[in-house]
Amino acid sequence: MADDRTIADMLRSQGVTRRGFLKFCATTASMMALSPAMVPKIAEALENAKRPSVIWLSFQECTGCTESLTRSHAPTIEKLMFDVISLDHHHTLMAASGDAVHEAMYEAMEENYGKYILIVDGSIPVGNPAYSTIGGISNLDMLKDVAKGAAAIVAVGTCAAYGGLPYANPNPTGAVPVSEIIKDKPIINVPGCPPIPVVITGVLAQYLTFGKLPEMDDLGRPMAFYGQNIHDRCYRRPFYERGQFAETFDDEGARKGWCLFKLGCRGPITYNACATTKWNEGTSWPVEAGHGCLGCSQPNFWDMGGFYNALSEPTRNIGETAGYALAAGAAVGLAAGAAARHKKTKAVTNHQTVTVDDLEKEKSS
Amino acid sequence: MTAEELLLWARGPGLVIASSIFVFGMLVRIVEIFMLGRKKNLAELRACGLEAGVKTMFTRSLPADRNTMQRSMFTFVAGYVFHIGLFVVIFLLTPHIQLFESLVGFAWPALPTPVVDFFAVLTMLALLAVLWHRLTNSVLRFLSTSQDYLVWFLTFLPVLTGYMAYHHLFIPYTLALAVHILSVELMLLLFPFTKFTHAFTLFIARFYNGYMAGQKGVQQ
Repeated sequence: MADDRTIADMLRSQGVTRRGFLKFCATTASMMALSPAMVPKIAEALENAKRPSVIWLSFQECTGCTESLTRSHAPTIEKLMFDVISLDHHHTLMAASGDAVHEAMYEAMEENYGKYILIVDGSIPVGNPAYSTIGGISNLDMLKDVAKGAAAIVAVGTCAAYGGLPYANPNPTGAVPVSEIIKDKPIINVPGCPPIPVVITGVLAQYLTFGKLPEMDDLGRPMAFYGQNIHDRCYRRPFYERGQFAETFDDEGARKGWCLFKLGCRGPITYNACATTKWNEGTSWPVEAGHGCLGCSQPNFWDMGGFYNALSEPTRNIGETAGYALAAGAAVGLAAGAAARHKKTKAVTNHQTVTVDDLEKEKSS
Repeated sequence: MTAEELLLWARGPGLVIASSIFVFGMLVRIVEIFMLGRKKNLAELRACGLEAGVKTMFTRSLPADRNTMQRSMFTFVAGYVFHIGLFVVIFLLTPHIQLFESLVGFAWPALPTPVVDFFAVLTMLALLAVLWHRLTNSVLRFLSTSQDYLVWFLTFLPVLTGYMAYHHLFIPYTLALAVHILSVELMLLLFPFTKFTHAFTLFIARFYNGYMAGQKGVQQ
C-alpha cells in the first residue's frame, strides 16, 4: 500500500548509496538524451516523489515482460527502483490469492483514484471476452473499469501496445491492444517482446520526474528510448556498408561477426534501445549474440514475412503467379499477333491496283 | 493503415500484382512483335547477317561519328550516365540482389553501399539534367508528350525514395521503404504500356537492323 515515504527514503532503506542513486539518475538522463544539467533535477524529483501507486494488469500475455523486469542477476538499481513504487496489484508478483487479489486492487483504486498508474501487459480479446478472464471478470471489463481512475496507462510489451503474438494473423481471439479500447486516457506504449527492463523503469522515472507524458513518436512510444533505429546504431553496420554479410549462421562471415541482413535481420525497420542499452545489464543483445533482430518492438512483427528472409525479399511466392502471367501473356500475345496477321492478309487480298489508265479515265469523267 | 502494414502489402500482394502484370504485358508486346513477321526476302543473300546483327547491337550504342557526338554531346553523356547509374543502383545493391536471388535462385557480388549511394546521386542529377534539357530545348519540348514526363517521373521516383530510405530523410525508414517498393511497383505496372519497353525491344531492333543490312551486303 502507498505510504508517505519518498522514493529516496525507500532506496536508502534498501541500501542504495547516494552515489548509486545519482548514477541511476545520470544513466536515465543520458538514455533520455537530456543534458547533464538535468541530472540534479531528476534526482531532486525522484527524491521528493511519493511512492506512486501502480496497478499492473496482465491479460493475454506470456509473463515474459514481468520476467524481463524481475530476472536480473543482482538486485539492480532498476529492480530497486521498481521495488520503491507501490506495486499494489500484480497478478504474478503479489502474495495475495483468490478474492483478496481483487480486494487489494479495488482498495488501491479507491485510495489513489485519478492518480495511480495503470500498467498493462498482454492484449485484450474482444472476439469473445471469455477467452481470457480473471476471477470471472473478462479482460475487457477489467481494463475499462481500472482505466477509469488511472492518471496514465503504460502499455508494457508489444501485446499491450500493438496486439503482439495474439494479434498475429488469423488472430483467433480477436485480440486488440490497449489503445483500441481506451481512448480518453494518456497511453505510453513500451513495446518489445519483452521490453528492456531499464526502458520500463526509465519510462516510469521520466513520468515521475516531469509529471507529464514523455515525447512520443507516431506509434505512441517514448522518443527517448525508441527514437533510434537499430540498424543505424548497430555495431555491425560498417559490415553492411562494406557489403560483408553472414550467408548462414555458421559460415566465416557469421564467425567474423559480419552483418546479418541476409539472414533476415529487421534492424532497418526497428526502433528500440537494444543496440545502445543492451540486455542483461549491458552484457549483450540479439545481434551481438549472432542472431538478427526480430523487430519485436514494431507492430505486426509476427506477420512481417519469414524471420530468416532478408527484408527486401518478397513475403509471398510470386513465382507461381508470375508463371501463370507468363503463360497468359504468351497466349494473348499469340492471339494479338494472329489477329494482326489476319488483318494484314485481308488488306493484301482487298488491295485494288490502280493503273495510269484508271486515273486518266477518272480525270476525264 | 500503419507503415508496417503498407510495407507488408508492398512486399506481398503488391509485388505479386505488379510483377504479374509486368510479365504478362511484356510477353504480350514481345510475342506480338515477333508474330508480325516480315515479307519473304526474294533477293539472294550477300551474307548470313547474324554477325552483322550482333555487331550492330553494340556499335549503335557508341557515337557514330564526331559530328553526331558534337551535336548531341549532352544527350549522349547524360543518357549514358543515368543508364549506367540505374544499372548499378538496381543490380549491384545487396538488398536488391537478395530480391533477385529469391526470384531467380542465384546471386552475384554487390558493390559497397557508399559506392551505390554515389551512383544514386549521379543518376538523380543526370535525370534532372535530361528533364531540364527537355524543358528548355524548344524542339525537344515540342516533341515531348505527356508519356515522356510520366516515364521520367516513374524512373526518378524509385531512385529518390530509395535514397530517402537509405538516408532516413524526411520520413521514417519503414514508410520510406514501403513507398520505395510501391514506386517500383507502379513503374512495373506501366512498364509494358509505355516507352519503358525499349529496355527489351531496343536490342531486338538493333539486331534486326544490322541483320537485314548485313544480308544485303551493307558494309559495316
